[in-house]
Amino acid sequence: MAETKGRFGVHGGQYIPETLMNAVIELEKAYDHYKNDPEFNRELSELFNEYANRPSRLYYAEKLTKALGGAKIYLKREDLNHTGSHKINNVLGQALLAKKMGKTRLIAETGAGQHGVATATAAALMNMECVVFMGEEDTKRQALNVYRMKLLGADVIPVTSGTATLKDAVSEAMREWTSRIDDTHYCLGSVMGPHPFPTIVRYFQAVISREIKEQILEKENRLPDAVIACVGGGSNAIGSFYHFIEDKEVRLIGCEAAGRGIDTFETAATINTGRLGIFHGMKSYFCQDKYGQIAPVYSISAGLDYPGIGPEHANLHDMGRAEYVPVTDEEAVNAFEFLSRTEGIIPAIESAHAVAHAMKIAPTMDKDKIIVITISGRGDKDCAAIARYRGEDIYE
Amino acid sequence: MSKIKSAFTNGKAFIPFITCGDPDLETTGRIVRAAVENGADIIELGIPFSDPTAEGPVIQGANVRALAGGVTTDKIFDFVRSLRKDVKIPLVFMTYSNVVFSYGAKEFISTCKEIGIDGIILPDLPFEEKDEFQPICREYGVDLISLIAPTSQKRIAMIAKEAEGFLYIVSSLGVTGTRSEITTDLSSIVKVVRENTDIPCAIGFGISTPEQAENMSKLSDGVIVGSAIIKLVEKYGKKFCRGCW
Ligand SMILES: Cc1ncc(COP(=O)(O)O)c(C=O)c1O
Repeated sequence: MAETKGRFGVHGGQYIPETLMNAVIELEKAYDHYKNDPEFNRELSELFNEYANRPSRLYYAEKLTKALGGAKIYLKREDLNHTGSHKINNVLGQALLAKKMGKTRLIAETGAGQHGVATATAAALMNMECVVFMGEEDTKRQALNVYRMKLLGADVIPVTSGTATLKDAVSEAMREWTSRIDDTHYCLGSVMGPHPFPTIVRYFQAVISREIKEQILEKENRLPDAVIACVGGGSNAIGSFYHFIEDKEVRLIGCEAAGRGIDTFETAATINTGRLGIFHGMKSYFCQDKYGQIAPVYSISAGLDYPGIGPEHANLHDMGRAEYVPVTDEEAVNAFEFLSRTEGIIPAIESAHAVAHAMKIAPTMDKDKIIVITISGRGDKDCAAIARYRGEDIYE
Repeated sequence: MSKIKSAFTNGKAFIPFITCGDPDLETTGRIVRAAVENGADIIELGIPFSDPTAEGPVIQGANVRALAGGVTTDKIFDFVRSLRKDVKIPLVFMTYSNVVFSYGAKEFISTCKEIGIDGIILPDLPFEEKDEFQPICREYGVDLISLIAPTSQKRIAMIAKEAEGFLYIVSSLGVTGTRSEITTDLSSIVKVVRENTDIPCAIGFGISTPEQAENMSKLSDGVIVGSAIIKLVEKYGKKFCRGCW
């Protein structure tokens, strides 16, 4: 009797076609072996430090702090990583692992294009073939990233099925993987999908909270009162939370994309509007109708426009260890503009969701409290879309 | 003997797959009856899902058309109730785990029993996760059909030993869809299956021509034909008639 694996409370598991089972079992074995392999870890930290520009800064945002007039705010600058977001942490890890497994081809899904760009980058660096699946809708929203991936040597395949966004790109990448397994690794971009992906991706992203902890202890000699990150599938958030989960005094806050509001159908706030379900290889919360049909979700942010959430987050929510709050398009765009003007830092529209929530709670907190916001990516990719949101007719 | 298993006793079984509600349930009813007249031994009825990750473009299209036509799990249950007035051969549902889970597994499976559904195929429920639904299926005497893939290798024996109803052998890598050629060494897979179970096995995925069907049925106890039929449904739509088969 084989048993269900990769559970976080009731969530997680491996709900995938039989065709893929040996592939995920092989991946799990490789991960279990290499995560304890000194040579693998040496190579990975060299890639992190020399290539991806780690450790990323923990920056005291003094002007933002003063403008909000409450808690002291630090920004974890994942936007300064090579390729402009936290996605590179996971991709370098998985690409190195795939290489060790003898794979020569990486496939990936992408929403905002950041994970696709990161995967194309790692593939170029490690001499691997790369194919990226991207919802057609997103190829329009993020045209510059499509060009970037092609420049890096990847094939970009626009996905037209379903809602032509991130969930459909994941489905299509899964379909592709079932047709070509031997030489191909599916480089999943977030802490979701079947086991062992949520665990592997968290392992590579946990570098974020490991660094935050060291850096904040050095600067403040104490832990923060709150860590805030945006949640799509949840990789930058789990990376930011992981090493604080046992530190019960640290509030962990995940910011979901509420789109036009959680009382509308145009939302992607999974914990706030979803129900327990089984999809994309995992049991977790999903936006869905009464009959379990996955709902078309909406957010201004292509990277958060996903109807599910990683199983570990679903469990942190069940346990009450982390809070998941909705942030609307309008609030995120305001935060995007506010951080740009106060600190000279243009955050990704995804990350702006986290900034927006900090703007709500920082003023209510005492000045001796500390908030860390993870800036998961840089906002250059979003400028044209935000300009259009504000009624300016700009195209890339 | 389960009703499904006995459907294999008179020669090789022919198992057509039909998506319920594509383009509407009235048409599906006509197609099912045409299939019975054409010698179907078991019918696989698809309950459409918004994101059918094991499906190629043809069956994805059927799912989209069916959902656009407004079909739901409850409407399909009613449809099966009416089918059962004259259709006597075994019927199995093919859908995705979330359709069963979100309905409430017990509700869903007990309704299957009540309306005369004999088995359930869930392509996103591998051996490791079958406890999600298996105990309830046993309780109500509905067979949870297991799948074996070209990549299953050492898993074949394990899966076969606990299989119920019939074993669904996936002919090739990839998703459903018609294929010009099937290159998997299916006879080796069937051999391992036979060593581990006496329940029948049928081959599906990619079977589109009578020759392929004949070759595959020589290797196993039956064939499942999906995309090739759905293509006809797509072509004729509501005009689907006996002669289209
Ligand atoms: C900058 C940025 N932040 C966040 C996300 C959301 O992903 P996750 O929740 O896995 O961090 C994305 C996804 O594309 C992204 O590009």
